[in-house]
Amino acid sequence: MERTLRGKVAVAGIGETAYYKHGRSPEPEFKLALRAIVAACADAGISPHDIDGFSSYSNDRCDPSRLSAALGLRELRYTGMQWGGGGGGVAAAVGNAAAAIAAGLADCVVVLRALAQGQFDRFGRGPKVDTVSGEFALTWPYGLMSPAQRFAMKVMRFMHEHGGGADAQRAIALASYHHAQANPRAVMHGRPLDAATYDASRWIVEPFRLYDCCMENDGAAAVVLVSAQRARDLPHRPCYLLGAASGSNHRSGAWSHNAPDYASASFGPVAPRLWQMARLEPGDVDVLQSYENFTGGVMLGVVEHGFCEPGEVDAFFALENLLAPGGRLPLNTSGGNLAECYMHGLELVLEAVRQIRGTSTSQVAGADVSMVIGGPMTTPVSSLILGSQETL
Amino acid sequence: MSAPGAYLPDGLPAPRPEPDGLSAPYWAGLARNELWVQRCAHCGHWQWGPEYLCFRCHRFDVGWERVEPTGRIFSWERPWHPVNPALNGHGPYLVVLVELPGAGGIRIVGNLLGDPMQPVRIGAEVDGVFEHHRHQAGDYALLQWKVRG
Repeated sequence: MERTLRGKVAVAGIGETAYYKHGRSPEPEFKLALRAIVAACADAGISPHDIDGFSSYSNDRCDPSRLSAALGLRELRYTGMQWGGGGGGVAAAVGNAAAAIAAGLADCVVVLRALAQGQFDRFGRGPKVDTVSGEFALTWPYGLMSPAQRFAMKVMRFMHEHGGGADAQRAIALASYHHAQANPRAVMHGRPLDAATYDASRWIVEPFRLYDCCMENDGAAAVVLVSAQRARDLPHRPCYLLGAASGSNHRSGAWSHNAPDYASASFGPVAPRLWQMARLEPGDVDVLQSYENFTGGVMLGVVEHGFCEPGEVDAFFALENLLAPGGRLPLNTSGGNLAECYMHGLELVLEAVRQIRGTSTSQVAGADVSMVIGGPMTTPVSSLILGSQETL
Repeated sequence: MSAPGAYLPDGLPAPRPEPDGLSAPYWAGLARNELWVQRCAHCGHWQWGPEYLCFRCHRFDVGWERVEPTGRIFSWERPWHPVNPALNGHGPYLVVLVELPGAGGIRIVGNLLGDPMQPVRIGAEVDGVFEHHRHQAGDYALLQWKVRG
């Protein structure tokens, strides 16, 4: 028996709250999560009472038992938390939920992520502690403390090994801001970015400028998954999961930057499993959402999924190639983490669904294959592919 | 308190060995101006950071070996944005990832001493400089790097 998720599970509904600048949500994190879930169920035409599972990642603080009680679930069957911080696990959380449905553990699983940083700490600041032990004792005393600093070292090595990359980073940032201008949900809607402004922006940590780094935001997003069979009776054009994969390369987590495949987003062994399950190849993808913690990570993740060779990133990521509707590979068509909302990448999954439905604010005409690459370098990493009925 | 001439300002988190002592030989070595890293006593494989067992042969009594603090720059970065209050107003500094060919190619993070705006060349040979700090939780030393020659 072939072990696969291809075509077995579909996205029934998507929902999100308004997206806010970090610390600006008028409501607490848990309430935001409830709003996103109720909205996603309404979109799906499913009562929240019918949910029987929750899947999340990045140590989401919304406890599934409280969610279940608050929403009045008849019973809770599946609960799964993907290990790993940041957005590395975003596609894995969808894959885990789909696996639960395909295996008969649950029928209607919600993938969720909620963030209200007025209540909790920022991600991009180093921790304020007096002493440190373990992994971080080997880096923090040297002023290497933040995610940007952790990943700049990898991207610098990639640029050394393969040449180029600075133009690619700029184009990735400009593409996200360009698409955000068409998206009223986007935090950076009405705040366009041009190349001169990008080039004049301050360094956060070389080789990352300000606009290479994601925002931090408040809000919540949710995705309702059901079996493919059930999705055919629901209101929207069905959007099927064609493949999902997660993991990391040999010893990618070795402390003190000792990953053998260092200048990488760690998709090396993950991407081939994704393509195999989806029975697709890079040329089949109509539109891509690729998690921008930092633009350099997008570059690495896209290379490792086989879209281009590492030595040709500046040509592949030419801005015109990345823009909807006509670009060679429209990228981050909602504005993504840089310019729509940093919802740890779940906003990218929602946008990938909209592209299949034909409802994006930067729609790619006739998109049948819609892909998401989760947080690069943040292991375990993950990616997924969604498809229309025509792809089954 | 930092020693006079420490590369970065006071107030960054001070390293402490874990209560179970996993990395204690490393920190004790730095305090004596020596670099000690893990090398499996059974299969001879180098590994870093420290771990409870050898990832190759899975024996638990991983040994430690003293190595010369010399290497070459594998990657680098120049942080500008202060991510800790101790760095507010400090300006840019250099962090390097140093590969140790004498220890199986393991890598160690440190600062590159000298002008923070100096050009940095991946592959450049560097020598270790032990930087001693006093701290209320216990004195410690860091391993910094300078370009050879």
